[in-house]
Amino acid sequence: MGSTDNMRLEVTVRRSDADGGYDQIFKVPAYAHQTVLDVVSWIQQYSDPTLTYRFACRVGMCGSCAMMVNGAPRWTCRTHVNKVLNGDRLHIAPLRNLPVVKDLVVDMDPFFDKWIAAEGLHHPTRTRHDPIVSIDPENPQRGEANAGIECINCSVCYAACDTVAGNSDYLGPAALLRAWTVFNDEKNAGKQDILDAVSGSSGCHNCHSMGSCSHFCPNALNPMTAIAGLKRETAKTIFRRRKDA
Amino acid sequence: MIRPSRSHPLWLAFVLHRLSGLALALFLPAHFWLLSLALTQPQRLDHMLSFAESPVVKIAEFGLVFLLSVHIFGGLRLLALEFLPWSNRQKSLAAGAIGISLLLSGLFLLRAI
Repeated sequence: MGSTDNMRLEVTVRRSDADGGYDQIFKVPAYAHQTVLDVVSWIQQYSDPTLTYRFACRVGMCGSCAMMVNGAPRWTCRTHVNKVLNGDRLHIAPLRNLPVVKDLVVDMDPFFDKWIAAEGLHHPTRTRHDPIVSIDPENPQRGEANAGIECINCSVCYAACDTVAGNSDYLGPAALLRAWTVFNDEKNAGKQDILDAVSGSSGCHNCHSMGSCSHFCPNALNPMTAIAGLKRETAKTIFRRRKDA
Repeated sequence: MIRPSRSHPLWLAFVLHRLSGLALALFLPAHFWLLSLALTQPQRLDHMLSFAESPVVKIAEFGLVFLLSVHIFGGLRLLALEFLPWSNRQKSLAAGAIGISLLLSGLFLLRAI
């Protein structure tokens, strides 16, 4: 595969150092078909081997290669350069709202810790010795669970969210989407635990419905729908508790 | 120039809702102060009311009606989003709120001039 007309892209990469980082410009050959991850890999292989970035599957399944591309969070392995190019320029930076480890690699711990904090984990109803619950795929509640189940944990929605940027304790769209998915799963117990976990001061009621999560989700999932669902269910719980009191 | 990651309809609807709310909050004290003149300084109120007949004020009132309307309908959209069954047409609903507001404020302006 040859470079088209010896054209070169002007790629600005955000590098890290002790003083908060700097921008470094690289000239990268342009190809008819290349992804942003290809560009980053080219820089690391042919220009500067010290450039640090993260990837694994290259086919949009593992969720490890997300970066800010021209200011927008993207999964770089499935983002064609031609779709995001600004003239012949590309600006690549580490994901927003997460601490930088080095160059384009961010520390994902806060992101995953919030999944646990939102009770976005399985609460079993049975043991391994019991028969498996039969699931009706036509059940509307199952539909809600299925709608969010393809999340690949890439943190694009978390980086897109201005509410996370304003309140670092906010659980964020991905954790709340997972909580809503688990909440709607028939095989999951502890529904009230989930509602309690997501309705605190850092929970779903922080969401301003800006919709950046749903706009940028590379898998076309809709965390905003999930958060609205959690808001509805937590509001119902308040009325239910009042009635029971 | 780096394209901002916020140029999508629902984010703009969020900003419009915030800014219209802020502008209305700033307007209300001035409005109540003007109404209070009816009790304290009726002549001054009459003077202000005749000033309110000028075209510049009418255009400003057009803006005010638009802000009020877009805040009401935008707020109704958010209430529906949070308390009614989910609808995927959020962008259309946000655009509809702006459309209705332009219609109402436009009608107001046509009647005023």
